[in-house]
Amino acid sequence: MPDLRLLEAEPSAAERIAIDAVLGPGNGANGRVARDDRTKRHLLLPALRAAQLRVGWVSEGALGYASRRLAVPPAEAYGVASFYALLALDERPADITHYCTDLSCMLKGATVPPGGHASPCLGLCERAPASYRTIAGEQPVEEQIPAAGPPLPQAGDSGLRLLRRIAAGVDPESIDAYIQAGGFESLRRAQELGPDAVLEQVVESRLLGRGGAAFPTGVKWEAVAKQAAQPHYLVCNADESEPGTFKDRVLMEQDPFALVESMAIAALATGSSKGFVYVRAEYPLAHRRVQNAIDLAASRGFLQGFEIELRIGAGAYVCGEETALFQSIEGYRGEPRNKPPFPVEVGLFGKPTAVNNVETLFNVLDVVSDGGEAFAGIGTESSTGTRLFCVSGCVGRPGLYELPFGATLRSLLDLAGSAPPKAVLLGGAAGAFVGPDLLDLPLTYEDTRAAGVTLGSGVVIVYDKDADLVGALLRIAEFFRDESCGQCVPCRVGTVRQEEALKRLAAGRAQAGELQTLAELAQVMRDASICGLGQTAANAVASAIANLGVFAA
Amino acid sequence: MTQATLLAAPKRMVELTVDGQTVRVLDGSTILDACRQLGNEQPTLCYGDTLTPVNVCRVCVVELEGSRTLVPSCSRKAEEGMVVHTDSERVRLSRRLVLELLGSSVDLSTAPAALEYIEQYDADPSRFGPDAATVAQPVKIDNDLYVRDYSKCILCYKCVSACGEDHQNTFAIAVAGRGFDAHISTELDVELPESACVYCGNCIAVCPTGALMSKAEYDKRVAGTWDPAGETVVSTVCPYCGVGCNLELHVQENEIVTVTSPHDHDVTEGNLCIKGRFGYRFVQNRSA
Ligand SMILES: Cc1cc2nc3c(=O)[nH]c(=O)nc-3n(C[C@H](O)[C@H](O)[C@H](O)COP(=O)(O)O)c2cc1C
Ligand code: SF4
Ligand code: SF4
Ligand code: SF4
Ligand code: FES
Ligand code: FES
Repeated sequence: MPDLRLLEAEPSAAERIAIDAVLGPGNGANGRVARDDRTKRHLLLPALRAAQLRVGWVSEGALGYASRRLAVPPAEAYGVASFYALLALDERPADITHYCTDLSCMLKGATVPPGGHASPCLGLCERAPASYRTIAGEQPVEEQIPAAGPPLPQAGDSGLRLLRRIAAGVDPESIDAYIQAGGFESLRRAQELGPDAVLEQVVESRLLGRGGAAFPTGVKWEAVAKQAAQPHYLVCNADESEPGTFKDRVLMEQDPFALVESMAIAALATGSSKGFVYVRAEYPLAHRRVQNAIDLAASRGFLQGFEIELRIGAGAYVCGEETALFQSIEGYRGEPRNKPPFPVEVGLFGKPTAVNNVETLFNVLDVVSDGGEAFAGIGTESSTGTRLFCVSGCVGRPGLYELPFGATLRSLLDLAGSAPPKAVLLGGAAGAFVGPDLLDLPLTYEDTRAAGVTLGSGVVIVYDKDADLVGALLRIAEFFRDESCGQCVPCRVGTVRQEEALKRLAAGRAQAGELQTLAELAQVMRDASICGLGQTAANAVASAIANLGVFAA
Repeated sequence: MTQATLLAAPKRMVELTVDGQTVRVLDGSTILDACRQLGNEQPTLCYGDTLTPVNVCRVCVVELEGSRTLVPSCSRKAEEGMVVHTDSERVRLSRRLVLELLGSSVDLSTAPAALEYIEQYDADPSRFGPDAATVAQPVKIDNDLYVRDYSKCILCYKCVSACGEDHQNTFAIAVAGRGFDAHISTELDVELPESACVYCGNCIAVCPTGALMSKAEYDKRVAGTWDPAGETVVSTVCPYCGVGCNLELHVQENEIVTVTSPHDHDVTEGNLCIKGRFGYRFVQNRSA
């Protein structure tokens, strides 16, 4: 047993109650750890979050109590708490507002009033400028501001697949409404087919992951299904923090039962008995609706043999990286693991794990109901099905769009009432800028790859002729500097040097060889960083220099 | 039954190619092991022979054919048929830039290995200009046994591994903060005497940069009397308890300045406790 000198500070009564509500009542014997608490380190983040929601910050007493209860060394608990941007380790007012200063909100004149906190993208880009407010207390309040966005732009379109229930206005809080709209038919069909046949359909559909890496879902599921180690886990990645992305939020807020149903199908196919949905902290409405959907689906017996737990982040883009996400759930700092081994073999709690994006999972409903072959008939040969696009920036009708793969960028921008663009950012901060010369680019994995860009998480941010591109590049550089986990040198220091160089260029004070330095940084971050964050941290900057001629002498 | 098979199964060998040379290593070996078997030494900073690899410094990266990115040789397991290049343009660029990033942000003046690599890779840490952000901060002197100068910290995680899971199981220190603000810290950054630290000094023994340094060495350096060239090393056995750890007493001018323990010892792997590591202060006081 490690020799721990536990923090001695006591929690306040309110903090103790809040933490006990997550961990269960303590055994009262101070400093002693109940036997079954020793395996609950994974509840560290939920406990810290609960304390902060109650009193507004994570006090020494709350941190000490949580670390004592869970037998987590205090230095490690501090390491975890100080990792997350939304956890405050200094006392502050109970009422805090985070103002988005990220790409889409910048284009809509975002500012941070005195006393406000600046924030990276809040996933509300279609209603920019946006903010997120938390009021700690016995009945804590979490608010997205503005509370509602514009209605679905394609509401009347009969071609919608992923968005069809949302377009039809099916009540997202009523399981009966969901069932009436055909809900749980796919799960029933999957149960009839059995795991092997479901896997076969998903493979045949050639469905590729929508979280950014475009990995074939069927291949991933088969790999998990065949692992001997038990249990298998299913993780839904709903961390959605790529600047400009808001699709998964809309799906979870407006159609949460579909997520639960698709997870039940994925669990059946991969042999998982336990699933987690990891949702970023800034999505309170999604938390409520997904939890409601899980509870109702379970109580109606739709989840037999399968349990889904909602986990909530605390402000860390990197926790969307699948292995950082595991670390975060397990109660560690969200530092990505080195791969291999891959999650299908060694994932959550060291067990075989299928991790999928929300939108990926939604597609599975149609794959099962219509068959993989029919699904593969939509879109193109290598990009099957439809794709959600998060359109924001200089457009008349920002919002979430669904188009079959193969539609051109121009047709999407026309739908969204775009001004003639000077540039379009595809794929978010980790993506790439394209100029007006690429408006006829078909939006598919293969065409974007050939053009040296990416669809990423479906971000499309439009910059019109007056937009400040250099400002956007500086914001992207700041984003990566802030969000680097700090583990590996190329990213921890490289993102700082990238920002410094861009600031000099923007101010007209470039050093000799500045562009060469940026190019070398880009190559080394891509080549030598541990995870996708560092590997893509220079993409947008490099693309703006190459495709748009920004900083051309 | 499983155990019997485990014991009986002879370890498989894997064959790979490093810089055109074929090498066979035991399954489970790393690319670094394979390189070393060929006498092809790779630069390493966060790797420790007695520690679980954390592969964070990235100075040991090599090019692996078929891999989109470079891979860390210190942790990547050798596989049958791998083709590895340790000295390609890509590898040299990454190593050079990683060293420039470290050299421009951290005081490497007492980090001999890093300084040697900077020379070897022709790295120029000054290229990022005079305003490049650094981790410079005041040195922490909060106890009589060792000092912590995190201006010299490359965040290699070795001290954390040594204090925690890999050796000491004390978990007095961890990484806190994020990104460029990430740093080694006790809980809430309290001073060492308030923390769980038991002064085993095992973190000092693994620190590659001199960020962690015995007070004796620190004081001599400040006084300008530090003299590694005139140092002699005496091997002995720790007198304090029945374990009988091997000690190496580093002596300068008749004074013990540091105590280390050989890494090749099966049980102690270079680790000691406060008595072995710092008990000499007691010896010296007594004999004085
Ligand atoms: C820094 C970083 C952030 C990421 N964020 C997300 C995210 O918020 N949501 C997501 O689904 N995938 C994210 N990913 C990709 C995941 O690592 C993983 O590929 C994905 O969840 C797999 O699901 P899919 O196959 O369904 O796309 C991120 C990757 C990186 C490197
Ligand atoms: S690339 Fe960046 S985010 Fe990823 S592990 Fe390295 S430091 Fe962390
Ligand atoms: S001296 Fe020992 S206990 Fe103290 S921090 Fe170093 S390794 Fe940990
Ligand atoms: S103090 Fe030394 S051992 Fe610890 S992380 Fe820094 S350089 Fe590495
Ligand atoms: S909410 Fe502001 S950029 Fe996304
Ligand atoms: S020695 Fe391999 S990454 Fe540091």
